[in-house]
Amino acid sequence: MTAALSARIRKQHRGPAGSFVLDVSVEIAPGFTIVFGPSGAGKSTLLDCIAGLERPDAGRIVAGGETLFDSAAAVNLPAQKRRTAYVFQTLALFPHLTVEENTGYGIAHLPVEERRARVAEILESFGVAGLRSRKPGEISGGERQRVALARSLVTSPRLLLLDEPFSALDAELKAELFDDLRAWNSTRRIPILCVTHSRDEVDALGEHMIVLDRGRIVAEGFPRDVLRAPRRQRLAVAAGFENLLHATVLNLRESDGVMRVALKDCAVELEVPLAHALPGQPIQLAIRAGDILLATEQPGGLSARNILPGKIAALEESGSLVRVVVDCGARFLVHVTPGTVRKLGLQTGQPVWLVVKTHSCHFVAD
Amino acid sequence: MNLAPLFLSLRLAAIVSLLLVAVSLPLAAWLAFGRWRGRFLLEAVFALPLVLPPTILGFYLLVAMGPRSPLGALWQSLFGHGLAFSFEGLVLASLLYSLPFAVQPLVSAFRGVDPKLLSASFVLGASPLRTFRRVVLPLSYSGLVTALVLTFAHTLGEFGVVLMVGGNLPGVTRTVSIAIYDSVQAFDYAEANRLALTLLAICFTALSVIYAVNRRVWSPWSSR
Repeated sequence: MTAALSARIRKQHRGPAGSFVLDVSVEIAPGFTIVFGPSGAGKSTLLDCIAGLERPDAGRIVAGGETLFDSAAAVNLPAQKRRTAYVFQTLALFPHLTVEENTGYGIAHLPVEERRARVAEILESFGVAGLRSRKPGEISGGERQRVALARSLVTSPRLLLLDEPFSALDAELKAELFDDLRAWNSTRRIPILCVTHSRDEVDALGEHMIVLDRGRIVAEGFPRDVLRAPRRQRLAVAAGFENLLHATVLNLRESDGVMRVALKDCAVELEVPLAHALPGQPIQLAIRAGDILLATEQPGGLSARNILPGKIAALEESGSLVRVVVDCGARFLVHVTPGTVRKLGLQTGQPVWLVVKTHSCHFVAD
Repeated sequence: MNLAPLFLSLRLAAIVSLLLVAVSLPLAAWLAFGRWRGRFLLEAVFALPLVLPPTILGFYLLVAMGPRSPLGALWQSLFGHGLAFSFEGLVLASLLYSLPFAVQPLVSAFRGVDPKLLSASFVLGASPLRTFRRVVLPLSYSGLVTALVLTFAHTLGEFGVVLMVGGNLPGVTRTVSIAIYDSVQAFDYAEANRLALTLLAICFTALSVIYAVNRRVWSPWSSR
């Protein structure tokens, strides 16, 4: 793989959430790369350093063959000269300028005719040509996101940085926007670094993924592989592992590739994949709420080894999802659909059984 | 009613507020965006005219403009008359006296501009100067109007500094507030009343228009 962007950055960061040292080295190929991690992990600082809005303490940033920053050679191109497009979470559209003026802002050096043509073309390709003379305050949130993208991309950048600009968009509009962005990039092939907290976006964009935590890269690879088995508790929460359980190892059955653990402060035992652990050792487990099955009668003839009796402690509906809290001694969060709730007649206080596959249990470190 | 003092005051206030806002733009930009460590010292200097009694400021300005000071001597050799007790001297004194009333609203307007907009402008290739012209200034419009209104009103109403630096020369330095004071001293309450009432009406009308047109301009009644 030829790296279109190569960055080695060290930066002491003092933020409201505490200080840490961002210390990363990344090679980014053309196409989408997701930057994932809990808040305060250093994602925005990384983007700011690449864009030239913050100055790394040390390191080297090379994009498209040009050195943007090199502490050893005292090179530090100002943000204006880096040909980087950056879309912020707040979008930062200029409120006093029309959509057309906003979009033409970064190409003011071009002759009027050419500028007008390029603005018209990019607004067209993002489906917002009709809004030319409106101001940002007069268009919808989704339209603003499209305009912000168009404004950045009209400058023919060699790099696109996205700092969660799509978080407020519903999934369908988001998918359309991503399709347009992908279409735009299919001929240009620039690297796109996309910071996100959202699983939707990871699934929709996922080609490559970098996971940051406390300023370090803790995982890198295909999004599916990275998110299936988070290695750290903070990351597990961010990746949607709603159930984090403290447990103690009881015994190892190496021939079966499993071990039994006892959950802390209750009598519940689980069978989980074998790990490098000794009996008596405390461990932490992460289980997705969507990976747990819920049954109203004691199930039999299943391959799953963990069947836990319990009682529904709470039901909470939110959109297409119902969160069910089940008390089995330890409390589990289970996600089901509203249809399931109706069909099984689920209600608070009802006895139920939870089914957890061995390989749905993941280990995490603190 | 002798209207000369009134016109003199209005002319002085107009010149001072326009000049001062022009001078204050770069100063305020520097105070709002600069990263200089000793900035607090300058902030203190710029706020001094707010706390000093006008007579103290007027006294030192008078000394600085006198024929024996370098500034006064230079002025004398260039224009053939002294700076003290002249209209130009009055303009200069008023510029300093009203400085905080122009700088402060501008600084707070500039600081109120979302920093992300500045970052966006830089990333889109705009220089700091272009960013200031195209983004910061248009979004600070209400601060600009506030600065103009406050300097105008403050210059119109000043008394102590004018008395110290300008004296009371009819048509040259006799502003409306001095004329009112004079009339009262001469027990001509009717003339004092006419001048005072006219000034009051002008100020009230101007402020009403500005506040009606622009709700975001600073006023003592805004919650901001």
